[in-house]
Amino acid sequence: MPRTPVEPRFGLEYLSILDADGTLDAALEPDLPPDTLLKLYRAMLLGRRLDERMVRLQRQGRIGTFPPIKGQEAAQIGSVAVLRPTDWMVPSFRETAAMLWRGWPIEQLLLLFAGRLEGGRPGPHQQDLPITIPVATQLPHAVGLAYAAQYREEDVVVMAYFGDGATSEGDFHEALNFAGVWHVPVVFMCQNNQWAISVPLKKQTHSRTLAQKALAYGFPGLQVDGNDVLAVYAASREAVERARAGDGPTLIECVTYRLGVHTTADDPSRYRSEGEVKEWERKDPLTRFRVHLQRKHLLEDGLEQQVDAEIARAVERFEAAPPADPLTMFDHVYGERPPHLEAQRAELARRLEEAEGRAAAAPPGEAEPSPPPMRGQRNTSRWAG
Amino acid sequence: MGRLNMVQALNLALLQEMERDGDVLILGEDVGVDGGVFRVTEGLHTKFGGKRVIDSPLAESAIVGTAVGMALYGLKPVCEIQFSGFAFQGFHQIENHVARYRMRSQGRFHCQLVVRMPYGGGVRALEHHSESEEQFYAHIPGLKMVIPSGPRSARALLVSAIRDPDPVIFFEPKALYHAAKEDVPDEIETLPIGPARVAREGRDVTLVAYGAMLAVAGEVARVLHDEDGVEAEVVDLLTLAPLDRETLAASVRKTGRAVVVHEAPRSFGAGAEIATSIMEGAFLSLQAPIRRVTAYDVPFVGSARERANLPDAARVLDAARETLAF
Ligand SMILES: Cc1ncc(C[n+]2csc(CCOP(=O)(O)OP(=O)(O)O)c2C)c(N)n1
Repeated sequence: MPRTPVEPRFGLEYLSILDADGTLDAALEPDLPPDTLLKLYRAMLLGRRLDERMVRLQRQGRIGTFPPIKGQEAAQIGSVAVLRPTDWMVPSFRETAAMLWRGWPIEQLLLLFAGRLEGGRPGPHQQDLPITIPVATQLPHAVGLAYAAQYREEDVVVMAYFGDGATSEGDFHEALNFAGVWHVPVVFMCQNNQWAISVPLKKQTHSRTLAQKALAYGFPGLQVDGNDVLAVYAASREAVERARAGDGPTLIECVTYRLGVHTTADDPSRYRSEGEVKEWERKDPLTRFRVHLQRKHLLEDGLEQQVDAEIARAVERFEAAPPADPLTMFDHVYGERPPHLEAQRAELARRLEEAEGRAAAAPPGEAEPSPPPMRGQRNTSRWAG
Repeated sequence: MGRLNMVQALNLALLQEMERDGDVLILGEDVGVDGGVFRVTEGLHTKFGGKRVIDSPLAESAIVGTAVGMALYGLKPVCEIQFSGFAFQGFHQIENHVARYRMRSQGRFHCQLVVRMPYGGGVRALEHHSESEEQFYAHIPGLKMVIPSGPRSARALLVSAIRDPDPVIFFEPKALYHAAKEDVPDEIETLPIGPARVAREGRDVTLVAYGAMLAVAGEVARVLHDEDGVEAEVVDLLTLAPLDRETLAASVRKTGRAVVVHEAPRSFGAGAEIATSIMEGAFLSLQAPIRRVTAYDVPFVGSARERANLPDAARVLDAARETLAF
């Protein structure tokens, strides 16, 4: 009884179309009209500029802790751009650029990161889930959505985002396993940004790629240059088309890099070298795409200013938002408010009224004490909102 | 339908709701071809097919987690966790997501789903097959937590749970699965989630129980009547969250005394919440301290010592008599 090979070697591919110098592999170039290319670039630029602005807003204490995306614009925009509005997008917590593409207003994201749940509410017809903080736990949701879409026989694909660290969680494996068994239209979009807070990829997994994990679950995995928007786009389009055609899930690993801090409460100088960051800055997804568009004579003048003005207007609207009404905390716990919550709401309402009465009577200059700041968080009263 | 045991009654609830509403589906381990290890889903796979009665891979987190996605899409999944002792593998999905989706999305989404699981002791089972963990779920805002005490209430409450727009954790007292039969009507019956039921009227002491402990409380009430000439009122909670504080307070305003019975360990358990709620609602009527009769604060004791750990009529009777003599 001989040992017989039962599984032929899987071919696992790495896809790259536009390299760090802006050199193009024309044979692989996805066929995209100029206005689409420009739209992709503008979305990446908006993601980048908003991210930088948000870091400043956080440092000024005008919003709270948030996870920047700098360096991951191509991975996010290249993938989300292939979805239809009727498809579902399931984000982790670091998908600001993808969310902007899906129509989340900038000021709403600012509200969200200023600690206001109403900022996390998707629009009435928006097929996006709110952001998910516990790592990898959104992945089974995506599989459930895809199952439901298939159950209803609707032409819908689900794309779920997560990081390299997420691939260590049980939920990642459970989600991929269910997706494979159920053969549902879901695309697992991993942004391997090399770090899960301070833990590098080599301490996260002993496997050579993350893409290969798909093979264990019986569907294709593909590695792409995640800083190459054309490669991400081409791979995502292929995966979404496969899903739409009833050919099941795909795992895409975007090899990219988080150029900034993990969150604004993080200090990456404790665990990674400047040299490494410099190395990856040379592979910046924006720079290379800009070069590409310049070569095609597609770049418009004044794009930066346009994008900055859009952000500035949104920041104004955000700052003009009325303060949070504490009583709304009782609004969405249950479909109908049970008596004990009604009683607790009345209790808070009474206390707020009394406090208002006291504030009216208080001598001027007596301010509310601020909460102690988190690491990296300036201490200002705005944070209290 | 005639006289059914709890398993048959639950099966009927699922069957009729699935016939009525094509969005209701079932997923869990062995729920399909096998009909569930307790046979609660028996016959449903044959009737509705594998697309609606899903034999899922063995993974509680994904069972609950994928049900979240289905519910967000508009389906009404009923998850079966084979034993409540294994729900902790999916607990984080319940706590992190099921309970919060309405709040997190500010009303844009909600999780209309049911997580059913057998719980509790008294059947000489293994570790993780006998514990009572209701307090973990009852503590989480955003969840409803239901524990029926007999076939008819189980059937009616399960129907209500499936139709409820909020997520419901549905605990089935496995000691009662085959314990007794009850008349269950043919037509679909519902029971509101929330209100407790006064299972027996009385004026001298209130016995509060739920699930399998209701029978113990009922037995104690009979003994008190026969031997002591005492009329005990028995309150069957049926829903732990939201807790029917009003019925509890009203009963104790009448009786002045209360004994709370549950199978879960005592400390930080449901008994503490129930007792406090009685204090808040009926303090001036209390004639004696509220007593709790519960399992001891020990991990699983093994089936050989299970009877010593679980409240029985003798313990409850002692507590009731002490309360009455206070
Ligand atoms: C279940 C869980 N454990 C721990 C954390 C704390 N935490 C937040 S982000 C993070 C690292 C995530 O790394 P990765 O999945 O690579 O995503 P990235 O942050 O790089 O985008 C950790 C440990 C969490 N949010 N959830």
